Amino acid sequence: MSENEIYPYGAPEHPSVSKIDLTKLKPYGDALNDGRTQVSFTLPINPSPEAEEVARKLMEKMGFIDTKVVCMEKPSEGFSYFVCYGATEYTIDFTKIHVVKVEAEFKTFSEINDLIKSKIKRKLVILGATTGFDAHTVGIDAIFNMKGYNGDYGLERYPWIEAINLGAQVLNEDLLDKARELKADAILVSQIVTEKDCHIKNLKSLMQLAEEKGVLQNFIFICGGPRLNHPIALECGLDAGFGPGTLPSHVASYVVDEFMRRKKVRE
Amino acid sequence: MKLNLNKKQISECRSIAKKIGLQVQKALSQNTSVASERTFLRLLGVDQAKHISENNQFYPYANIIIDDLVKNDTISDGVLFWMANACLHFKKDPKEVSEYLVKENISLTEIKLEKRSLIEKKSKDLAKAALEKICKTRSQRDVFIKKYKDTFPKSSTHPLKYVIVASGNIFEDIVQARSAAQAGAEVIAVIRSTAQSLLDFVPHGATTEGFGGTYATQENFKIMRRALDEEGEKIGRYIRLTNYSSGLCMSEIAAIAAIERLDFLLCDSLYGILFRDINMQRTLIDQHLSRMICAVSEIYINTGEDNYLTTADAIENGHQVLASQFINERFALSANMKPQFMGLGHAMEMNPWHKDVILLEIARAQMTRDIFPEAPLKYMPPTKHMQGDVFFSHTYDAIFNFVSSLTKQGIHLVGMPTEAIHTPFLGDRYMALKSCNYIFGGSESLYNEIQYKKGGKIEKWSQKVLTDSLKLLKSIEKKGLFKSIEEKCFAEVSRSLTSGKGYNGVIQKSSDYINPLYDYLKEGKYVRK
Repeated sequence: MSENEIYPYGAPEHPSVSKIDLTKLKPYGDALNDGRTQVSFTLPINPSPEAEEVARKLMEKMGFIDTKVVCMEKPSEGFSYFVCYGATEYTIDFTKIHVVKVEAEFKTFSEINDLIKSKIKRKLVILGATTGFDAHTVGIDAIFNMKGYNGDYGLERYPWIEAINLGAQVLNEDLLDKARELKADAILVSQIVTEKDCHIKNLKSLMQLAEEKGVLQNFIFICGGPRLNHPIALECGLDAGFGPGTLPSHVASYVVDEFMRRKKVRE
Repeated sequence: MKLNLNKKQISECRSIAKKIGLQVQKALSQNTSVASERTFLRLLGVDQAKHISENNQFYPYANIIIDDLVKNDTISDGVLFWMANACLHFKKDPKEVSEYLVKENISLTEIKLEKRSLIEKKSKDLAKAALEKICKTRSQRDVFIKKYKDTFPKSSTHPLKYVIVASGNIFEDIVQARSAAQAGAEVIAVIRSTAQSLLDFVPHGATTEGFGGTYATQENFKIMRRALDEEGEKIGRYIRLTNYSSGLCMSEIAAIAAIERLDFLLCDSLYGILFRDINMQRTLIDQHLSRMICAVSEIYINTGEDNYLTTADAIENGHQVLASQFINERFALSANMKPQFMGLGHAMEMNPWHKDVILLEIARAQMTRDIFPEAPLKYMPPTKHMQGDVFFSHTYDAIFNFVSSLTKQGIHLVGMPTEAIHTPFLGDRYMALKSCNYIFGGSESLYNEIQYKKGGKIEKWSQKVLTDSLKLLKSIEKKGLFKSIEEKCFAEVSRSLTSGKGYNGVIQKSSDYINPLYDYLKEGKYVRK
């Protein structure tokens, strides 16, 4: 058996059990390698046998074979709603996948505080804001507020972090000025609204402004939001990006690690 | 009352909220604001805007005129005084006067002053005409309600199904709103563009671009109202329209909504302070005017306590929601609103993986029902713990639908399986409404069948929330609302009396201030018995 072939978890060794070929990975519906996938969409025409055929043809164009339209309903005049199934023939080589990830070892609340206390020997200053037109503070609040999120304490609770949450609709200019004034170590930007890619434009213009002001190296730039991730952050010129489900301790872990990397503080 | 809550505590909460309300009213009785003054102009019919070529935007006449009074340091007399004088002088109505002022670039203060008694008389006539116009709009709604035998809120058979459209383009919004109405939606809210709450003017005309929503403009209101009336005619229901009386222009939106026959307005007394960092004096002045207008127009207000549960922990902060509801109720009562028009807000936002969380949610929802028996409670769906697994989200929303029906909530914001992913697809709204239709229909009579175990978990927990709320209200009364907000009594947010946006728009009234429009609203003269 090659190292790229593994048995499905828990499968007994039996001639009928096929192995997973990691170089040719595809969806598991109710059997290995059946490739079956569910898709749902709406068409701007009333349901009809012709509309159903359109849905099926669309599925085929999307690369599915053995397609089934299992539901066609009329949500309202002029629209049809579909649930479809199909099998994909595409496979992906898992062994060749490379993902850019945030470089940090996730630590607990007390590990983070101990590390700052013993190695950095002063409080880390972290500034946060939702910037631009975006008025949603739910993300930045989940990371900053004392209570935190899902049982993970917020940055304000860390005795060794000075966490300052500037709230929503903060201008990039003001954010950088404030960061300079407060001698921030890291800047956290939350972006929830993504209409017409305004979150990308906003982040890029923040970094451009930072460059113009010559403060690019002064701070660790981090962004977060439901439609953000690390590669997008790097693309926009930031140092790290966090997506949905991020806990305050994830962010704090990264800031501490990155700070020590930059200042060459040894653990 | 289904839960055996301490009635004495409930009435104590109300009397404390009353004292808190009186403290605030006393502190702000001599104040008005630039937004409030613009609102009076809008009520008088000044609805035009000037095209500014530099930024290709429209700047409202209401702003131009009030900016001028501010510049001339005469705003403290009130715009009604100056406008009545100009109407007398030119023998024109306010709209014509404003047209002339802007065109000729002259100031209200340049116009020769007529005798004060004549100005007083004229301003009364203007005020009466403005309020009669709103009453006329109100009676248009009566016709629809009667025609369709609409029973909301008193004899509703189920929580009113409320969905959001937010394409940014009012013409696209119409397509989605009509579709949702056919799928069972009874209220359509057009979410505003995310920047609008902090604009100190109301944008103008039909708009086709926005961020995370569609601008609230008088023209957009008109367009959507017409579309919903047409669709309602086809499906034989009155479809209600909602927008947002919040932000720096909250009272202007209320005025426009009253004129264009909106039915609901998000209108919270504290939301702007806590979540938009708008100055507290400005907000409290403007919310009072907004609600007085709603009282005459019979627009249902929706309050924003759900927000406390998303920014802070929903299990631990139930008492803040209840305390704030008592305060919102008090501010609405003092604006002459009747309880049946108060869509007090709350939400199902507790951590779904907490043990017995569904019991706790039922407890909070039923407790709120018991404490505010006449209010059509506005119940918001889970958002905080939604992440992208649409199949889980759909189940989560189904439980929300069930709790809402079980506890007879008034206004039900239909949760979307794609919450936290994107503004809903047309198909998302359909599947969400289908779930509501099933659950509301299938449990229509459940409320009347259910009793809760005496001394059981549900009862005990709701009593605890009530006790904690009373404690919180007592401490707010002791410190005063302003100081309490500064000390983070709600949603862990601190704001001070003179900080925040829009503070420079707070105005001390002069001894010459004349405003019968405000006086009539305050007296409740046009509020229907």
